[in-house]
Amino acid sequence: MPDTTIQNTLPQDGAYNYAYLDEQTKRMIRRAILKAVAVPGYQVPFGGREMPLPYGWGTGGIQVTAALIGRDDTLKVIDQGADDTTNAVSIRRFFARVADVATTTHTEEATIIQTRHRVPETPLKDGQILVFQVPIPEPLRMLEPRETETRTLHALSEYGVMQVSLYESIARHGRIAKTYNYPVMVNGRYIMSPSPIPKFDNPKLDHSAALQLYGAGREKRIYAVPPHTPVKSLDFDDHPFEIETWTESCALCGSTESFLDEMIVDDTGKRLFVCSDTDYCESRR
Amino acid sequence: MSSPLLSACRVTKRFGGRTACHDVSFDLWPGEVLGIVGESGSGKTTLLNCLAGRLVPDGGSVAYETRSAGIVDVHHLSEARRRLLARTEWGFVNQDAREGLRMGVSAGANIGERLMAVGARHYGEIRGQAIDWMARVEIDADRIDDRPTTYSGGMRQRLQIARNLVSNPRLVFMDEPTGGLDVSVQARILDLLRGLVEGLHLSAVLVTHDLGVARLLTHRLMVMQGGAVVEQGLTDQVLDDPQHPYTQMLVASILPV
Repeated sequence: MPDTTIQNTLPQDGAYNYAYLDEQTKRMIRRAILKAVAVPGYQVPFGGREMPLPYGWGTGGIQVTAALIGRDDTLKVIDQGADDTTNAVSIRRFFARVADVATTTHTEEATIIQTRHRVPETPLKDGQILVFQVPIPEPLRMLEPRETETRTLHALSEYGVMQVSLYESIARHGRIAKTYNYPVMVNGRYIMSPSPIPKFDNPKLDHSAALQLYGAGREKRIYAVPPHTPVKSLDFDDHPFEIETWTESCALCGSTESFLDEMIVDDTGKRLFVCSDTDYCESRR
Repeated sequence: MSSPLLSACRVTKRFGGRTACHDVSFDLWPGEVLGIVGESGSGKTTLLNCLAGRLVPDGGSVAYETRSAGIVDVHHLSEARRRLLARTEWGFVNQDAREGLRMGVSAGANIGERLMAVGARHYGEIRGQAIDWMARVEIDADRIDDRPTTYSGGMRQRLQIARNLVSNPRLVFMDEPTGGLDVSVQARILDLLRGLVEGLHLSAVLVTHDLGVARLLTHRLMVMQGGAVVEQGLTDQVLDDPQHPYTQMLVASILPV
Protein backbone atom coordinates (compact mmCIF):
# COMPACT_ATOMS: atom_id res chain seq x y z
CA MET A 1 0.00 0.00 0.00
CA PRO A 2 1.38 3.43 -0.88
CA ASP A 3 2.00 5.85 1.93
CA THR A 4 -0.91 8.21 1.70
CA THR A 5 -0.15 10.33 4.69
CA ILE A 6 -0.36 13.93 3.52
CA GLN A 7 2.25 16.20 5.02
CA ASN A 8 0.54 19.42 5.81
CA THR A 9 1.15 22.27 3.33
CA LEU A 10 -1.68 24.57 4.39
CA PRO A 11 -0.62 27.99 5.67
CA GLN A 12 -0.67 27.99 9.45
CA ASP A 13 -3.05 30.35 11.12
CA GLY A 14 -0.90 32.39 13.46
CA ALA A 15 -3.84 34.23 14.95
CA TYR A 16 -4.92 31.15 16.90
CA ASN A 17 -3.17 29.19 19.59
CA TYR A 18 -1.89 25.77 18.55
CA ALA A 19 -4.89 23.46 17.87
CA TYR A 20 -7.32 26.38 18.15
CA LEU A 21 -8.11 26.10 21.88
CA ASP A 22 -6.11 28.04 24.44
CA GLU A 23 -3.78 26.09 26.71
CA GLN A 24 -5.94 26.47 29.82
CA THR A 25 -8.92 25.00 28.02
CA LYS A 26 -6.89 22.09 26.70
CA ARG A 27 -5.63 21.38 30.20
CA MET A 28 -9.17 21.43 31.53
CA ILE A 29 -10.28 18.99 28.83
CA ARG A 30 -7.29 16.72 29.51
CA ARG A 31 -8.24 16.61 33.18
CA ALA A 32 -11.76 15.57 32.19
CA ILE A 33 -10.32 12.91 29.86
CA LEU A 34 -8.07 11.52 32.61
CA LYS A 35 -11.03 11.28 34.94
CA ALA A 36 -13.14 9.64 32.23
CA VAL A 37 -10.42 7.06 31.57
CA ALA A 38 -10.13 6.37 35.29
CA VAL A 39 -13.88 5.67 35.59
CA PRO A 40 -14.80 3.85 32.36
CA GLY A 41 -18.23 4.77 31.07
CA TYR A 42 -18.82 7.60 33.54
CA GLN A 43 -19.85 10.92 31.99
CA VAL A 44 -17.49 13.66 33.15
CA PRO A 45 -18.78 17.23 32.80
CA PHE A 46 -16.36 19.71 31.23
CA GLY A 47 -16.42 23.38 30.32
CA GLY A 48 -17.29 23.00 26.67
CA ARG A 49 -16.27 25.96 24.49
CA GLU A 50 -17.90 27.57 21.52
CA MET A 51 -16.32 26.06 18.42
CA PRO A 52 -16.30 27.46 14.88
CA LEU A 53 -18.99 25.05 13.73
CA PRO A 54 -22.53 24.34 14.91
CA TYR A 55 -23.53 21.95 17.66
CA GLY A 56 -24.30 18.60 16.13
CA TRP A 57 -21.43 18.80 13.69
CA GLY A 58 -18.84 17.41 16.04
CA THR A 59 -17.99 20.15 18.55
CA GLY A 60 -17.45 17.62 21.33
CA GLY A 61 -15.19 15.40 19.27
CA ILE A 62 -13.18 18.38 17.99
CA GLN A 63 -12.52 19.66 21.49
CA VAL A 64 -11.30 16.23 22.60
CA THR A 65 -9.09 15.95 19.52
CA ALA A 66 -7.75 19.48 20.01
CA ALA A 67 -6.78 18.66 23.58
CA LEU A 68 -4.93 15.50 22.47
CA ILE A 69 -3.27 16.45 19.20
CA GLY A 70 0.44 17.21 18.74
CA ARG A 71 2.64 17.89 15.69
CA ASP A 72 3.80 14.26 15.48
CA ASP A 73 0.23 12.90 15.30
CA THR A 74 -1.47 11.65 12.15
CA LEU A 75 -5.17 12.44 12.01
CA LYS A 76 -7.96 10.58 10.25
CA VAL A 77 -11.53 11.88 10.29
CA ILE A 78 -14.52 9.84 9.17
CA ASP A 79 -18.20 10.60 8.93
CA GLN A 80 -20.53 7.60 8.55
CA GLY A 81 -17.41 5.59 7.67
CA ALA A 82 -16.39 7.86 4.79
CA ASP A 83 -13.27 10.04 4.61
CA ASP A 84 -14.61 12.25 1.83
CA THR A 85 -17.85 13.64 3.24
CA THR A 86 -18.21 17.34 4.05
CA ASN A 87 -17.95 17.00 7.79
CA ALA A 88 -14.88 14.77 7.60
CA VAL A 89 -13.09 16.95 5.06
CA SER A 90 -13.81 20.15 6.98
CA ILE A 91 -12.61 18.82 10.32
CA ARG A 92 -9.48 17.33 8.72
CA ARG A 93 -8.64 20.67 7.05
CA PHE A 94 -9.38 22.51 10.28
CA PHE A 95 -6.73 20.56 12.17
CA ALA A 96 -4.27 20.70 9.29
CA ARG A 97 -4.59 24.46 9.46
CA VAL A 98 -4.57 25.10 13.19
CA ALA A 99 -2.46 22.18 14.42
CA ASP A 100 0.12 21.68 11.66
CA VAL A 101 -0.63 17.97 11.65
CA ALA A 102 -0.33 15.24 9.03
CA THR A 103 -3.59 13.71 7.86
CA THR A 104 -4.43 10.33 6.38
CA THR A 105 -7.37 8.29 5.21
CA HIS A 106 -5.71 5.01 6.18
CA THR A 107 -6.84 3.57 9.46
CA GLU A 108 -3.50 1.85 10.17
CA GLU A 109 -1.48 5.04 9.73
CA ALA A 110 -3.58 7.22 12.00
CA THR A 111 -2.73 7.91 15.63
CA ILE A 112 -5.99 9.77 16.25
CA ILE A 113 -9.22 8.89 14.44
CA GLN A 114 -12.15 11.23 14.95
CA THR A 115 -15.36 9.55 13.96
CA ARG A 116 -19.04 10.16 13.58
CA HIS A 117 -21.37 7.15 13.59
CA ARG A 118 -18.88 4.36 12.70
CA VAL A 119 -15.94 2.37 14.02
CA PRO A 120 -13.43 1.52 11.24
CA GLU A 121 -13.59 -2.05 9.92
CA THR A 122 -9.81 -2.44 10.19
CA PRO A 123 -9.05 -3.60 13.75
CA LEU A 124 -7.46 -0.84 15.82
CA LYS A 125 -4.05 -1.21 17.45
CA ASP A 126 -2.36 -0.27 20.69
CA GLY A 127 -1.59 3.41 20.77
CA GLN A 128 -4.40 4.53 18.54
CA ILE A 129 -7.13 6.80 19.89
CA LEU A 130 -10.68 6.77 18.59
CA VAL A 131 -12.59 10.01 19.26
CA PHE A 132 -16.37 9.80 18.93
CA GLN A 133 -18.71 12.70 18.28
CA VAL A 134 -21.69 12.25 20.58
CA PRO A 135 -25.05 14.01 20.18
CA ILE A 136 -26.79 12.68 23.33
CA PRO A 137 -24.41 11.24 25.92
CA GLU A 138 -27.07 10.08 28.36
CA PRO A 139 -28.27 6.55 27.48
CA LEU A 140 -31.24 6.91 29.84
CA ARG A 141 -32.38 10.26 28.45
CA MET A 142 -35.34 8.97 26.45
CA LEU A 143 -36.52 6.93 29.44
CA GLU A 144 -36.00 9.43 32.22
CA PRO A 145 -36.08 13.14 31.38
CA ARG A 146 -34.75 14.42 34.72
CA GLU A 147 -30.97 14.87 34.81
CA THR A 148 -30.91 14.63 38.62
CA GLU A 149 -32.68 11.28 38.40
CA THR A 150 -30.47 9.83 35.64
CA ARG A 151 -27.39 10.74 37.65
CA THR A 152 -28.86 9.01 40.68
CA LEU A 153 -29.65 5.92 38.59
CA HIS A 154 -26.04 5.81 37.34
CA ALA A 155 -24.65 6.41 40.83
CA LEU A 156 -26.72 3.58 42.30
CA SER A 157 -26.35 1.35 39.25
CA GLU A 158 -30.15 1.13 38.98
CA TYR A 159 -30.58 0.09 35.40
CA GLY A 160 -33.93 -1.71 35.43
CA VAL A 161 -35.46 1.01 33.28
CA MET A 162 -32.97 0.38 30.46
CA GLN A 163 -33.96 -3.27 30.46
CA VAL A 164 -37.61 -2.19 30.41
CA SER A 165 -37.00 -0.39 27.12
CA LEU A 166 -35.51 -3.57 25.62
CA TYR A 167 -38.45 -5.61 26.95
CA GLU A 168 -40.81 -3.15 25.32
CA SER A 169 -38.99 -3.49 22.03
CA ILE A 170 -39.36 -7.27 22.04
CA ALA A 171 -43.02 -7.04 23.10
CA ARG A 172 -43.71 -4.69 20.21
CA HIS A 173 -41.48 -6.02 17.45
CA GLY A 174 -40.67 -9.58 18.44
CA ARG A 175 -36.98 -8.74 18.75
CA ILE A 176 -34.77 -5.97 20.08
CA ALA A 177 -35.37 -3.49 17.28
CA LYS A 178 -32.74 -0.92 18.27
CA THR A 179 -30.11 -0.86 15.53
CA TYR A 180 -27.91 2.10 16.45
CA ASN A 181 -26.87 3.80 19.66
CA TYR A 182 -27.37 0.37 21.24
CA PRO A 183 -26.73 0.64 24.99
CA VAL A 184 -23.68 -1.08 26.44
CA MET A 185 -22.46 -1.95 29.92
CA VAL A 186 -18.86 -0.81 30.41
CA ASN A 187 -16.61 -2.74 32.75
CA GLY A 188 -19.65 -4.18 34.51
CA ARG A 189 -20.50 -0.84 36.09
CA TYR A 190 -21.83 2.00 33.93
CA ILE A 191 -24.35 1.85 31.13
CA MET A 192 -23.05 3.96 28.28
CA SER A 193 -24.32 5.30 24.98
CA PRO A 194 -21.83 4.23 22.31
CA SER A 195 -22.94 7.29 20.24
CA PRO A 196 -25.07 6.57 17.17
CA ILE A 197 -22.83 3.86 15.73
CA PRO A 198 -24.71 0.89 14.23
CA LYS A 199 -24.98 -2.04 16.62
CA PHE A 200 -22.81 -3.82 14.05
CA ASP A 201 -19.88 -1.91 15.57
CA ASN A 202 -20.67 -2.69 19.21
CA PRO A 203 -18.53 -5.87 19.33
CA LYS A 204 -15.55 -3.80 18.14
CA LEU A 205 -15.74 -1.72 21.32
CA ASP A 206 -15.29 -4.79 23.52
CA HIS A 207 -11.68 -5.26 24.66
CA SER A 208 -10.54 -2.87 21.94
CA ALA A 209 -6.79 -2.24 21.84
CA ALA A 210 -7.39 1.44 21.14
CA LEU A 211 -8.42 4.10 23.63
CA GLN A 212 -11.98 5.26 23.00
CA LEU A 213 -12.92 8.83 23.94
CA TYR A 214 -16.43 10.23 23.58
CA GLY A 215 -17.06 13.97 23.42
CA ALA A 216 -20.49 15.60 23.60
CA GLY A 217 -20.23 19.31 22.82
CA ARG A 218 -23.78 20.47 23.36
CA GLU A 219 -24.23 18.63 26.64
CA LYS A 220 -20.59 19.19 27.65
CA ARG A 221 -19.73 15.65 28.70
CA ILE A 222 -16.70 13.46 28.09
CA TYR A 223 -16.57 9.73 28.73
CA ALA A 224 -14.13 7.01 27.83
CA VAL A 225 -13.43 3.33 27.43
CA PRO A 226 -9.78 2.53 28.15
CA PRO A 227 -8.03 -0.13 26.02
CA HIS A 228 -8.89 -3.78 26.76
CA THR A 229 -12.02 -2.95 28.76
CA PRO A 230 -15.06 -5.25 28.62
CA VAL A 231 -18.00 -3.62 26.83
CA LYS A 232 -21.15 -5.71 26.81
CA SER A 233 -24.23 -4.97 24.74
CA LEU A 234 -27.38 -5.33 26.85
CA ASP A 235 -29.77 -8.16 26.00
CA PHE A 236 -31.97 -10.91 27.43
CA ASP A 237 -30.87 -14.50 28.02
CA ASP A 238 -33.49 -15.73 25.54
CA HIS A 239 -33.03 -12.79 23.14
CA PRO A 240 -29.25 -12.44 22.84
CA PHE A 241 -27.57 -9.46 21.19
CA GLU A 242 -27.09 -9.90 17.45
CA ILE A 243 -25.52 -7.72 14.78
CA GLU A 244 -26.95 -6.86 11.38
CA THR A 245 -26.31 -9.20 8.44
CA TRP A 246 -26.75 -8.73 4.71
CA THR A 247 -27.56 -11.15 1.96
CA GLU A 248 -25.66 -8.93 -0.49
CA SER A 249 -21.93 -8.27 -0.64
CA CYS A 250 -20.22 -4.95 -1.38
CA ALA A 251 -20.65 -4.05 -5.06
CA LEU A 252 -17.20 -2.47 -5.20
CA CYS A 253 -14.93 -4.72 -3.16
CA GLY A 254 -17.07 -7.82 -2.65
CA SER A 255 -16.74 -7.79 1.12
CA THR A 256 -19.28 -9.88 3.00
CA GLU A 257 -18.02 -8.86 6.42
CA SER A 258 -18.29 -5.10 6.48
CA PHE A 259 -21.19 -2.76 7.26
CA LEU A 260 -23.00 -2.00 3.99
CA ASP A 261 -24.81 1.16 2.92
CA GLU A 262 -27.75 0.81 0.60
CA MET A 263 -27.68 3.33 -2.25
CA ILE A 264 -30.26 4.10 -4.89
CA VAL A 265 -28.30 4.77 -8.06
CA ASP A 266 -30.86 5.74 -10.71
CA ASP A 267 -34.41 6.99 -11.18
CA THR A 268 -35.79 3.48 -11.59
CA GLY A 269 -34.87 2.56 -8.03
CA LYS A 270 -31.87 0.36 -8.80
CA ARG A 271 -30.06 -0.45 -5.58
CA LEU A 272 -26.43 -0.96 -4.77
CA PHE A 273 -24.81 -2.11 -1.55
CA VAL A 274 -21.37 -0.69 -0.79
CA CYS A 275 -19.09 -0.64 2.23
CA SER A 276 -19.73 2.31 4.51
CA ASP A 277 -16.00 2.34 5.43
CA THR A 278 -14.43 3.88 2.30
CA ASP A 279 -10.83 3.25 3.35
CA TYR A 280 -11.50 -0.44 4.01
CA CYS A 281 -13.33 -0.76 0.69
CA GLU A 282 -10.58 0.98 -1.35
CA SER A 283 -7.85 -1.10 0.24
CA ARG A 284 -9.58 -4.31 -0.90
CA ARG A 285 -10.16 -3.35 -4.54
CA MET B 1 -45.53 -12.75 68.91
CA SER B 2 -42.44 -11.48 67.13
CA SER B 3 -41.32 -7.86 66.85
CA PRO B 4 -43.25 -5.24 64.87
CA LEU B 5 -42.58 -4.97 61.14
CA LEU B 6 -42.69 -1.20 61.08
CA SER B 7 -42.37 1.01 64.07
CA ALA B 8 -42.88 4.78 63.99
CA CYS B 9 -41.64 6.77 66.94
CA ARG B 10 -42.73 10.40 67.42
CA VAL B 11 -42.64 11.17 63.71
CA THR B 12 -42.95 14.91 63.09
CA LYS B 13 -42.85 16.77 59.79
CA ARG B 14 -43.02 20.53 59.32
CA PHE B 15 -43.27 22.55 56.17
CA GLY B 16 -41.93 25.93 57.21
CA GLY B 17 -43.95 27.02 60.22
CA ARG B 18 -46.75 24.60 59.42
CA THR B 19 -46.75 21.24 61.15
CA ALA B 20 -48.07 18.58 58.79
CA CYS B 21 -47.82 15.72 61.22
CA HIS B 22 -46.94 15.84 64.84
CA ASP B 23 -45.57 13.20 67.21
CA VAL B 24 -47.07 10.15 65.52
CA SER B 25 -46.10 6.81 67.03
CA PHE B 26 -47.40 3.34 66.25
CA ASP B 27 -46.32 -0.25 65.65
CA LEU B 28 -47.38 -2.26 62.63
CA TRP B 29 -47.31 -6.02 63.11
CA PRO B 30 -46.73 -8.63 60.38
CA GLY B 31 -49.95 -9.36 58.51
CA GLU B 32 -51.70 -6.30 59.87
CA VAL B 33 -53.46 -3.61 57.87
CA LEU B 34 -53.40 -0.20 59.48
CA GLY B 35 -55.75 2.50 58.25
CA ILE B 36 -55.06 6.20 58.56
CA VAL B 37 -58.22 8.26 58.19
CA GLY B 38 -58.99 11.94 58.47
CA GLU B 39 -60.12 14.80 56.34
CA SER B 40 -58.10 16.39 53.54
CA GLY B 41 -55.09 18.26 54.88
CA SER B 42 -54.92 16.32 58.12
CA GLY B 43 -51.41 15.05 57.35
CA LYS B 44 -52.24 11.50 56.24
CA THR B 45 -50.24 11.52 53.05
CA THR B 46 -47.32 13.38 54.61
CA LEU B 47 -47.17 10.74 57.30
CA LEU B 48 -47.30 7.96 54.71
CA ASN B 49 -44.46 9.56 52.73
CA CYS B 50 -42.38 9.84 55.89
CA LEU B 51 -43.00 6.18 56.68
CA ALA B 52 -42.07 5.10 53.14
CA GLY B 53 -38.84 7.10 53.19
CA ARG B 54 -40.02 9.54 50.55
CA LEU B 55 -39.89 12.47 52.96
CA VAL B 56 -37.39 12.99 55.74
CA PRO B 57 -39.18 13.75 59.00
CA ASP B 58 -38.01 16.68 61.12
CA GLY B 59 -38.28 14.61 64.26
CA GLY B 60 -38.72 11.02 65.34
CA SER B 61 -37.70 7.83 63.57
CA VAL B 62 -39.11 4.95 61.57
CA ALA B 63 -37.74 1.45 62.16
CA TYR B 64 -38.37 -1.44 59.79
CA GLU B 65 -37.51 -5.09 60.22
CA THR B 66 -35.93 -6.33 56.99
CA ARG B 67 -35.96 -9.91 55.77
CA SER B 68 -32.25 -10.43 56.17
CA ALA B 69 -30.56 -7.45 57.83
CA GLY B 70 -32.64 -7.12 61.01
CA ILE B 71 -34.16 -3.85 62.16
CA VAL B 72 -33.04 -0.75 60.28
CA ASP B 73 -33.75 2.95 60.71
CA VAL B 74 -35.38 3.85 57.40
CA HIS B 75 -34.05 7.39 57.33
CA HIS B 76 -30.50 6.50 58.31
CA LEU B 77 -30.03 3.98 55.51
CA SER B 78 -27.95 5.02 52.54
CA GLU B 79 -30.02 6.14 49.58
CA ALA B 80 -28.98 3.02 47.67
CA ARG B 81 -30.23 0.69 50.42
CA ARG B 82 -33.43 2.64 50.95
CA ARG B 83 -34.27 2.49 47.26
CA LEU B 84 -33.44 -1.21 47.18
CA LEU B 85 -35.72 -1.75 50.15
CA ALA B 86 -38.47 0.24 48.45
CA ARG B 87 -38.42 -1.92 45.35
CA THR B 88 -37.88 -5.32 46.94
CA GLU B 89 -39.64 -5.39 50.32
CA TRP B 90 -42.11 -2.55 49.88
CA GLY B 91 -44.79 -1.48 47.50
CA PHE B 92 -46.34 1.93 47.07
CA VAL B 93 -49.78 2.32 45.50
CA ASN B 94 -50.53 5.92 44.53
CA GLN B 95 -53.97 7.43 44.33
CA ASP B 96 -53.27 8.52 40.78
CA ALA B 97 -52.13 5.43 38.87
CA ARG B 98 -50.29 7.67 36.41
CA GLU B 99 -47.78 8.52 39.13
CA GLY B 100 -47.06 4.90 39.89
CA LEU B 101 -46.98 3.54 36.34
CA ARG B 102 -44.82 4.14 33.33
CA MET B 103 -47.46 5.34 30.94
CA GLY B 104 -45.18 5.12 27.90
CA VAL B 105 -44.54 1.38 28.02
CA SER B 106 -46.79 -1.68 27.90
CA ALA B 107 -48.51 -3.28 30.88
CA GLY B 108 -46.12 -6.23 30.70
CA ALA B 109 -43.10 -3.93 30.94
CA ASN B 110 -44.71 -2.13 33.86
CA ILE B 111 -45.14 -5.35 35.79
CA GLY B 112 -41.70 -6.64 34.77
CA GLU B 113 -39.78 -3.52 35.74
CA ARG B 114 -39.15 -4.52 39.35
CA LEU B 115 -38.04 -7.99 38.28
CA MET B 116 -35.59 -6.52 35.80
CA ALA B 117 -34.40 -4.00 38.38
CA VAL B 118 -33.26 -6.84 40.60
CA GLY B 119 -31.55 -8.70 37.78
CA ALA B 120 -34.12 -10.79 35.86
CA ARG B 121 -32.76 -11.17 32.32
CA HIS B 122 -34.96 -13.85 30.79
CA TYR B 123 -37.66 -12.30 28.61
CA GLY B 124 -39.89 -15.37 28.59
CA GLU B 125 -39.88 -15.72 32.37
CA ILE B 126 -40.53 -12.03 32.96
CA ARG B 127 -43.43 -12.18 30.53
CA GLY B 128 -44.75 -15.33 32.17
CA GLN B 129 -44.80 -13.63 35.56
CA ALA B 130 -46.46 -10.57 34.05
CA ILE B 131 -49.23 -12.74 32.57
CA ASP B 132 -49.63 -14.52 35.88
CA TRP B 133 -50.03 -11.22 37.72
CA MET B 134 -52.40 -9.82 35.13
CA ALA B 135 -54.65 -12.81 35.86
CA ARG B 136 -54.38 -12.28 39.61
CA VAL B 137 -55.54 -8.68 39.31
CA GLU B 138 -58.21 -9.69 36.80
CA ILE B 139 -56.90 -8.03 33.66
CA ASP B 140 -57.22 -9.93 30.38
CA ALA B 141 -53.87 -11.44 29.41
CA ASP B 142 -54.30 -10.24 25.82
CA ARG B 143 -53.98 -6.65 27.07
CA ILE B 144 -50.38 -7.32 28.12
CA ASP B 145 -48.81 -5.39 25.23
CA ASP B 146 -51.17 -2.43 25.51
CA ARG B 147 -50.05 0.77 27.16
CA PRO B 148 -51.76 1.84 30.38
CA THR B 149 -52.94 4.95 28.53
CA THR B 150 -55.49 2.69 26.84
CA TYR B 151 -56.69 1.30 30.20
CA SER B 152 -59.66 2.49 32.22
CA GLY B 153 -59.07 4.04 35.63
CA GLY B 154 -59.91 0.84 37.49
CA MET B 155 -57.66 -1.26 35.27
CA ARG B 156 -54.79 1.17 35.76
CA GLN B 157 -55.18 0.89 39.50
CA ARG B 158 -55.16 -2.91 39.29
CA LEU B 159 -52.11 -2.78 37.06
CA GLN B 160 -50.39 -0.56 39.58
CA ILE B 161 -51.14 -3.09 42.30
CA ALA B 162 -49.72 -5.92 40.17
CA ARG B 163 -46.60 -3.89 39.41
CA ASN B 164 -46.00 -3.44 43.13
CA LEU B 165 -46.74 -6.96 44.25
CA VAL B 166 -44.71 -8.80 41.61
CA SER B 167 -41.53 -8.48 43.66
CA ASN B 168 -43.27 -10.17 46.58
CA PRO B 169 -43.11 -7.30 49.07
CA ARG B 170 -43.94 -7.64 52.75
CA LEU B 171 -45.28 -4.16 53.28
CA VAL B 172 -47.44 -2.06 50.99
CA PHE B 173 -48.15 1.64 51.42
CA MET B 174 -51.41 2.68 49.84
CA ASP B 175 -52.50 6.25 49.35
CA GLU B 176 -56.24 6.37 48.59
CA PRO B 177 -56.07 3.31 46.29
CA THR B 178 -59.75 3.66 45.40
CA GLY B 179 -59.96 7.44 45.25
CA GLY B 180 -61.53 8.83 42.11
CA LEU B 181 -63.07 5.52 41.00
CA ASP B 182 -66.78 4.80 40.76
CA VAL B 183 -68.31 2.62 43.43
CA SER B 184 -68.61 -0.66 41.53
CA VAL B 185 -64.98 -0.44 40.41
CA GLN B 186 -64.05 0.50 43.96
CA ALA B 187 -65.80 -2.58 45.25
CA ARG B 188 -63.88 -4.86 42.89
CA ILE B 189 -60.55 -3.32 43.83
CA LEU B 190 -61.33 -3.60 47.52
CA ASP B 191 -62.26 -7.23 47.02
CA LEU B 192 -59.03 -7.81 45.16
CA LEU B 193 -56.93 -6.04 47.78
CA ARG B 194 -58.56 -7.95 50.60
CA GLY B 195 -57.85 -11.25 48.85
CA LEU B 196 -54.25 -10.34 48.09
CA VAL B 197 -53.51 -9.03 51.57
CA GLU B 198 -54.81 -12.22 53.15
CA GLY B 199 -53.39 -14.60 50.56
CA LEU B 200 -49.89 -13.12 50.58
CA HIS B 201 -49.86 -12.33 54.30
CA LEU B 202 -49.05 -8.70 53.47
CA SER B 203 -48.87 -5.87 55.90
CA ALA B 204 -50.22 -2.56 54.73
CA VAL B 205 -50.56 1.03 55.71
CA LEU B 206 -53.64 2.44 54.02
CA VAL B 207 -54.44 6.12 53.82
CA THR B 208 -58.04 6.93 53.02
CA HIS B 209 -60.72 9.44 53.77
CA ASP B 210 -63.40 6.86 53.05
CA LEU B 211 -64.50 5.14 56.26
CA GLY B 212 -66.21 2.39 54.26
CA VAL B 213 -62.88 1.44 52.70
CA ALA B 214 -61.26 1.54 56.11
CA ARG B 215 -63.95 -0.70 57.60
CA LEU B 216 -63.58 -3.25 54.82
CA LEU B 217 -59.80 -3.49 54.62
CA THR B 218 -58.17 -2.46 57.86
CA HIS B 219 -57.68 -4.17 61.17
CA ARG B 220 -56.64 -1.11 63.08
CA LEU B 221 -57.42 2.55 62.57
CA MET B 222 -55.69 5.83 63.35
CA VAL B 223 -57.75 9.01 63.12
CA MET B 224 -55.78 12.15 62.28
CA GLN B 225 -56.82 15.74 62.67
CA GLY B 226 -54.57 18.74 62.05
CA GLY B 227 -51.46 16.56 61.88
CA ALA B 228 -52.02 14.75 65.17
CA VAL B 229 -53.50 11.34 65.94
CA VAL B 230 -56.65 11.96 67.95
CA GLU B 231 -57.83 8.39 68.34
CA GLN B 232 -56.61 4.91 67.49
CA GLY B 233 -57.81 1.39 68.08
CA LEU B 234 -59.37 -1.63 66.42
CA THR B 235 -61.31 -0.57 63.33
CA ASP B 236 -64.67 -1.84 64.50
CA GLN B 237 -64.19 -0.28 67.90
CA VAL B 238 -63.27 3.12 66.51
CA LEU B 239 -66.08 3.16 63.99
CA ASP B 240 -68.81 1.73 66.21
CA ASP B 241 -67.89 3.51 69.38
CA PRO B 242 -65.95 6.67 68.52
CA GLN B 243 -64.63 8.48 71.58
CA HIS B 244 -63.12 11.66 70.24
CA PRO B 245 -65.51 14.39 69.07
CA TYR B 246 -63.74 14.61 65.70
CA THR B 247 -64.10 10.88 65.10
CA GLN B 248 -67.74 11.08 66.11
CA MET B 249 -68.20 13.86 63.58
CA LEU B 250 -66.45 11.79 60.87
CA VAL B 251 -68.56 8.73 61.54
CA ALA B 252 -71.72 10.80 61.69
CA SER B 253 -71.00 12.41 58.34
CA ILE B 254 -71.11 9.15 56.36
CA LEU B 255 -74.00 9.56 53.92
CA PRO B 256 -76.68 6.93 54.43
CA VAL B 257 -77.72 5.17 51.24
